[in-house]
Amino acid sequence: MIVGILFIVLICLIIGAIIYGRRLVRTEVTDAVFGNPTRALGGWHWIVAGVSSILVIWLYFSWDAGRAFFPTAANELCQVAKLNRTANPIRSAFPLENRQLRSTALLERDYGQIEALEAKLADTNFNDADRTELKSIIAEMRDTLALQASPSIMDPTTAGKLDEIANRINELAVNISDDNYPGTPDPDREKALQQPAWGETSVEIPPMAITDFGYKFSKASEVMDGISKDFSKIRNNGEGITAKLEGLQARYKGFKIDDTEGEAITAERKEMIKQIEKIYRRIDDGKIFPTAMTQSVEKALINFDDVQKSEQGSLRLIDIFALPGGDILAGNRACSEQGSGRWLPKPSDTLNTFVKMADPDVGYKGIPLLWYEMKPIGTVLEILVPDWIADLIPGEYSRHDDNGKVLNNLKDRVYAFATGQYESMLVPIPIGHIWDSLMRVLAGLFFGILLGVPLGLYMGLSRFAKGFFDPLIELYRPIPPLAWAPLILTIFGIQDDGKIFLLFMVAFAIMVISARTGATGTQLSKIHAAHSLGATKFQIIRKVILPNSLPEILTGIRIAIGVCWGTLVAAEMLAGTTGIGFVENVARKQSDYEIIWMTILLLGLLGLMFDLIMRFIIHRTIPWRGKG
Amino acid sequence: MSDLIADKVNMVFNTKGGGIVHALKDVSFTLKEGELLSVLGPSGCGKTTLLNIIAGFNRPTGGAFYLGNEEISGPGVNRGMVFQQGALFEWLTVAENVNFGLRMKGSDKKETAKKVEEWLDIVGLQGFGDTPTYQLSGGMQQRVALARCLINDPDLILMDEPLGALDALTREKMQTLVLKIWKETGKTIMIITHSVEEALLLGERLFVMAPRPGRLHKEYNLPFAEQGLTTDPREIKNSDLFTETREEILTMIWDMEEEIMGKSNAA
Ligand SMILES: Nc1ncnc2c1ncn2[C@@H]1O[C@H](COP(=O)(O)OP(=O)(O)O)[C@@H](O)[C@H]1O
Ligand SMILES: [Mg+2]
Repeated sequence: MIVGILFIVLICLIIGAIIYGRRLVRTEVTDAVFGNPTRALGGWHWIVAGVSSILVIWLYFSWDAGRAFFPTAANELCQVAKLNRTANPIRSAFPLENRQLRSTALLERDYGQIEALEAKLADTNFNDADRTELKSIIAEMRDTLALQASPSIMDPTTAGKLDEIANRINELAVNISDDNYPGTPDPDREKALQQPAWGETSVEIPPMAITDFGYKFSKASEVMDGISKDFSKIRNNGEGITAKLEGLQARYKGFKIDDTEGEAITAERKEMIKQIEKIYRRIDDGKIFPTAMTQSVEKALINFDDVQKSEQGSLRLIDIFALPGGDILAGNRACSEQGSGRWLPKPSDTLNTFVKMADPDVGYKGIPLLWYEMKPIGTVLEILVPDWIADLIPGEYSRHDDNGKVLNNLKDRVYAFATGQYESMLVPIPIGHIWDSLMRVLAGLFFGILLGVPLGLYMGLSRFAKGFFDPLIELYRPIPPLAWAPLILTIFGIQDDGKIFLLFMVAFAIMVISARTGATGTQLSKIHAAHSLGATKFQIIRKVILPNSLPEILTGIRIAIGVCWGTLVAAEMLAGTTGIGFVENVARKQSDYEIIWMTILLLGLLGLMFDLIMRFIIHRTIPWRGKG
Repeated sequence: MSDLIADKVNMVFNTKGGGIVHALKDVSFTLKEGELLSVLGPSGCGKTTLLNIIAGFNRPTGGAFYLGNEEISGPGVNRGMVFQQGALFEWLTVAENVNFGLRMKGSDKKETAKKVEEWLDIVGLQGFGDTPTYQLSGGMQQRVALARCLINDPDLILMDEPLGALDALTREKMQTLVLKIWKETGKTIMIITHSVEEALLLGERLFVMAPRPGRLHKEYNLPFAEQGLTTDPREIKNSDLFTETREEILTMIWDMEEEIMGKSNAA
């Protein structure tokens, strides 16, 4: 319902934006020549049109819109698919889906094998008598095969069975064109209506018919199933052909294998008989019919398909236009979407999944996406205080006395503080997949900036620093960060430490280079001026070179965030048990397209958020950029 | 007594190609406290080099400068510098630029603010204290640079083509401002310019430098700076002495330029 309204509103927005855009062009002064950049100014209505188009395309090709407007269409198409599926065994005997009539194809295949056998026979070391006998057996086999295609030898009962199949199909065609078929109400309707709706579970489309229209096709598919089964049982095994086959079998079975000519030749003869038997079995199958004999069935089926299609009526149009880029297929027990409807999850389903997962009690793999937890403040501070601080305190850790008492001294207490083992206030601490990913990026970035910027500035100012550190940085910087991942994750562990270090490496190189560029770009006259004004070396770095490098540094941070973000997700996919990349990786293993799309969108939105924040900071802190 | 004394100053640069450039050769002069000196010369004759050495940014390869009997060995607050293009700190406001030197010294904040007000008043920028410098026009930026330099109360003010980038009208106003400051503060000022008229108007003394090697070519003592504050500059410019001297110097510089061209053509 909401999706349907949204879809219509979006289309109206697109049309409105286009009309507004055209009107605007017409009313504007037309002196702006092509290539004038002012032509690209403004245009919020095109933003509306662009965003709406993306959403419309998504809604349309994911079949979300189709589902909203025709909620029962998929169920009905599922019944149609069932009918098609049950007719398939008959259909496949005729050139309806394949190029050749099946009998023709079988004949060709068997002829080919007989020919190959003949060629092989010519290559053997048999004596003349054997060779002649085998040759004549093979020739007879060929004749027998050809005989199957002859109407003259065909058993009249077989022909009768085929005609009966044709009649039953024709009868079903007549029935299905009757609106009241099958005439009785669906006994399973109650149960069918209780099935999970389309898209509610992993069984994508409820298989049992929920409309009378669908029930008609469902019922017809049951009938068609019976016809198909009977059709498959029919064999071209009348008396004439059976006699011929028996004669053939007696001949090759009676072929005496002479074992006096050496083991190799004996084995060869046995192999030859085996091959003949193999082909014989195929012919014995009786699946080859005279061309004219099956024509009635073929015609009936073509007619049935026509009737059935016209019976579908508007449902076919819905299939083509509302559920584009794929079909609904019936499997053994369930029906499923194929094509874009399958791999492009519906926006509403994706949103539902997200809302469900956003519930901290659900989350993903037991961890919420983004939530908070009350933790003692001691365990938080503990991270900031290194444990070895306690070791620096003079004295020893306390020992127990003879009464078994342990009296804690100062050293013990400091150690307890450093490890967070004390009672403290509870404070809310954010947790969850999103938070973990954010923290890793921010931590990596933080250390990258903290160490990278000073080193970069130093390298911009000192020949020693430039010469000494340049090779180190230039050697590791061009290596794709993920190439380091296996090594670093092994050394620092697959949890936060390894990932933060990996991101630190990424951010560090970028920050060093941008800070260095900034420092090198400082105008000499500014430094001279600062000198004349009495600034010390440190003041010059702090008050002149650093602010002067700020545009480069901030741009560097902006780039570093982007690269870190990409690296992090890939690193999380490699290893670990939390983070957005982890979620996507698990969803990938389970082919859960909705969650995959959700993580993709989430990553995009968070990346966009980072960039917008950086743009805002850049705008606020360096308004002089390009104006100095 | 803080006179500036140049004692046989020589400056030789090694060029990238392996050659040498004799930027200054045996430059000797004495600039008394309170004097206003303008330096003129064709481009490349070593004017900026001269100023940079006095400011302490470069060391001469021979000889030395003395300010108040002390040899100059590095940059210091007793010498203020105004550059051709502001060299302002564009991330700071006007007031923050002006009080930069005092902040670096860690002076009292209230007093600093008062001084900034005073100096903004003198250079004609009252009320612009909180304006970011990148929003100012070229002339205003040079006023800020002037105030920033003067607030430190240097003994010697060095200006390297400070008005070169300004339009004619702003330039005239700024010239009057420089004269006014010179008169009111009694500072020693050394100003480099490539405009002959400006050199005449702003020079109590005037050095004409010659290139290759850079050296002092001729010295003038002029009355125009003294007159400048009381008389209309246009009147001064029309006086016979002014036009004569101007023509003389112009011819001198033209000859030098021609000589350079001839030299490089012959080479
Ligand atoms: N750092 C330097 N290295 C090499 N040559 C220099 C350097 N600085 C200046 N020069 C040379 O010294 C001469 C004087 O330069 P400069 O003082 O800038 O001239 P002016 O300011 O009078 O135009 C020029 O020939 C210039 O090429
Ligand atoms: Mg110069």
